[in-house]
Amino acid sequence: MLAFILRRILQSIAVLVAVGLVSFSLFRYVGDPINAMVGQDTTMEEREQLREKLGLNDAAPIQFLRFIGNAARGNFGLSYRTSEPVGRLILERVPATLELSFCAAVFVLFVGVPMGVYTGLYPRHWSSRLLQAVSLIGISLPTFLIGILLILVFAVMLHWLPSFGRGETVRIGWWTTNFLTWSGLKALILPAITLGLFQLTLIMRLVRSEMLEVMRTDYIKFARARGLTNRAINFGHALKNTLVPVITVAGLQLGSLIAFAVVTETVFAWPGVGQLFIQSVQFSDIPVMAAYLLLIGLFFVLINLIVDLLYFAVDPRLRSQGGSARVAGH
Amino acid sequence: MKGYKMRLNFRHSLALTAVVCAGLSAATAAEAKTFKWANSGDVSSMDPYARQETFLLTFTQNIYDPLIRRDKDLKLEPALATKWGQTDPTTWFFDIRPGVKFHDGTPFTADDVVFSLNRANGPGSNMGSNFVSVKEIKKVGDQRVEVTTKYPDPLLADKWAAIVMMSKAWAEKNNAVNSADMTKNEENFATRNAMGTGPFMLKERRAGEKTILVNNPNWWDKPTHNLTEVIFTPVANPATRIAALKAGDIDMTYEVPPADTESLKKEANVKVLEGPETRVVFLGFDQERPELLESNIKGKNPFKDKKVREAIHRSIDVEAIKRTVMRGQSFPTDLMVAPGINGYTKELDKRPALLKPEEARKMIIDAGYPEGFETGMDCPNDRYVNDEKICQAVVAMLAKIGVKVNLRAQTRNLYFAKILRKADLSPGETSFYMLGWSPAQTYDVHNVFESLIQTPNKATKKGQFNAGGYSNPALDKLADAMEQETDKAKRDAMIKDATKLYVDDFAYVPLHQQAVVWAARKNIDLVQLADNTFPLRFVTVK
Repeated sequence: MLAFILRRILQSIAVLVAVGLVSFSLFRYVGDPINAMVGQDTTMEEREQLREKLGLNDAAPIQFLRFIGNAARGNFGLSYRTSEPVGRLILERVPATLELSFCAAVFVLFVGVPMGVYTGLYPRHWSSRLLQAVSLIGISLPTFLIGILLILVFAVMLHWLPSFGRGETVRIGWWTTNFLTWSGLKALILPAITLGLFQLTLIMRLVRSEMLEVMRTDYIKFARARGLTNRAINFGHALKNTLVPVITVAGLQLGSLIAFAVVTETVFAWPGVGQLFIQSVQFSDIPVMAAYLLLIGLFFVLINLIVDLLYFAVDPRLRSQGGSARVAGH
Repeated sequence: MKGYKMRLNFRHSLALTAVVCAGLSAATAAEAKTFKWANSGDVSSMDPYARQETFLLTFTQNIYDPLIRRDKDLKLEPALATKWGQTDPTTWFFDIRPGVKFHDGTPFTADDVVFSLNRANGPGSNMGSNFVSVKEIKKVGDQRVEVTTKYPDPLLADKWAAIVMMSKAWAEKNNAVNSADMTKNEENFATRNAMGTGPFMLKERRAGEKTILVNNPNWWDKPTHNLTEVIFTPVANPATRIAALKAGDIDMTYEVPPADTESLKKEANVKVLEGPETRVVFLGFDQERPELLESNIKGKNPFKDKKVREAIHRSIDVEAIKRTVMRGQSFPTDLMVAPGINGYTKELDKRPALLKPEEARKMIIDAGYPEGFETGMDCPNDRYVNDEKICQAVVAMLAKIGVKVNLRAQTRNLYFAKILRKADLSPGETSFYMLGWSPAQTYDVHNVFESLIQTPNKATKKGQFNAGGYSNPALDKLADAMEQETDKAKRDAMIKDATKLYVDDFAYVPLHQQAVVWAARKNIDLVQLADNTFPLRFVTVK
């Protein structure tokens, strides 16, 4: 078990370095940040001096090594756009993104899994078919359109919920939270639904098909023959056996929720890291983009590690085979 | 007995406090005027010298005052300086307004002026180009600052309307004597905090999220606004901004996309404000290289021929661009400066008649291009209103006269890097391009001559943004002379002559001024300025 975790951590570091390398080779195509940094009347000579000072004239590998070296010491430099330390800029926005992604994930799991179980148990019932049809919206409409539609209905027409922003937040140490104020909670609803809708559909359909499959197996028939209650069969036997693929997908989807919060955050002016990233791309703010991509890489690596550990908890076969077993089909 | 009495007293005082509190909050609720507004992007810094950019300057000027400020018609008026002028051609004086206090209660003095001007001209500051002529800044007496210049500079006061005054003591105490140095990983206090003499005080700054200002009750000037609190939020998505305005979550939005203007005008609670912006959007040609970089014509450069430039100029229908691409929201012009800028010459702003395609084609054939010619064109797609669409319209118009234009429209950071001249002022890598310019530093036409129209020259640093290298020695001479001319009548005559020169040369193809479009709730009164600045001191909430 310990060896497994250690190996995973070593792999993670390699993944992060690779992410850094790929992002750095891409940065050459985002354009020259200098012209966005200076005023209209700055002379060409002064622009060149600044370019030289920031090391933008160095070859990409040298810039990359410098970045990795500084990053390893926790120093991400100053943002070209705001001249603030990048580490702090990102840290300040992480709570907003994590809280939003968390709410979206809760929405996905607590609505998506029951919907999947229901449609799996009663596949021919009219309400299952309705749920199936409605859930297509989540897959077929683009996120920004869903967001704007929700804003139009609930903010502009009904005036129930705010159209953008985080509302009032409470500061606890360096973390700012939405969960402690009424306006903060209200502000979470629309973005969380927008962000989660796609994943909701995915999880619902996954659970449904897994349930359909499991319900056909022999041990369910035997369980029925033993006279177990429906509840014990459906949740104790059937649902539990669908969980391994569901956890894998849900874990990866949580990573996507964080990474793809970019669109939702832009639509709702949600002050998270995704919005910061979009602003940075427009400005060719290389230090912020690099740090953001590393952070997202780190999230994915961590989530994958947790998912791997969860298999041990859910699937007793893995525990008996010993710590280093790999999950088939992973 | 004693305990009972105490409890009674306690309860009494509680009740009393409650009554007082209720009274107080009722009183403030009646007077509290909160103004909420949004823009597509955030102010990049609270440091007023961090970037010479309209939005940062206009935002920080709510907190900091300049010596001289611009009024509703963009004319200069006294702010922290009560009087200013030149004692001789190379000496300027500024008399400091007495009795002004910073937000922390400390008095504003001549030392703060000297400190601020030096900070604006110092390392990390982006305002240095306002100080090119300056030799020395010194305090003479408690109420006067004197500036000597290397050569006569009649525009110094105009330039310095953008330079606001900071507190020397505050900056020294907080280690913010210079603006943030990008090469060091150091937090600069002035990036997030602000303390000036202005009409509003910074209450809370959360970069990228919201910035809250409150009224400064001790402001030296009589307030023309009635705001007690201002909440600014960046909202990047235009559709969300418009929805928030309709829902009443914000009171005003700066920069409305043209596509939304019509639908907003139909909204009962919203008003749309439109006006011309001082920036002129124009097209430029490479007239410098003996052979164009991106063309099928080898060995010569068609744009060096005035007849070719004229044929193109007179084939671009700016009214059609206004009607179709800009949805009416542009103000066509034939000059490189807009009305409202000193030196705009109305009688010369006359576009020559459009040519019929066959007439223009004949001009191109007569110039020695019987088959027409091909050229590349560079255009941004996220810099000016509808920039890419305008270029596409131009491509279609020129196709009719036998000029095949290969358009490359890309994001501004790539586009600027391609078209702008290099550090040694060698020409940019473009053949035909779009650019926009506003002399926002001086509000004077000389800035346009010196930056865009004079011959690029490394020694004199003129013609920095003359990407195509247009050159006319007679115009260079006039522009240099007007820079130092203090006699207004003589200067105006020079401006007129120089303007005529570039117009007759068809040096550029000016297209239009784009419209500034703002939208606000009906209960908001505000002033829309032609330079797209938005001072909160002109806002009232009904």
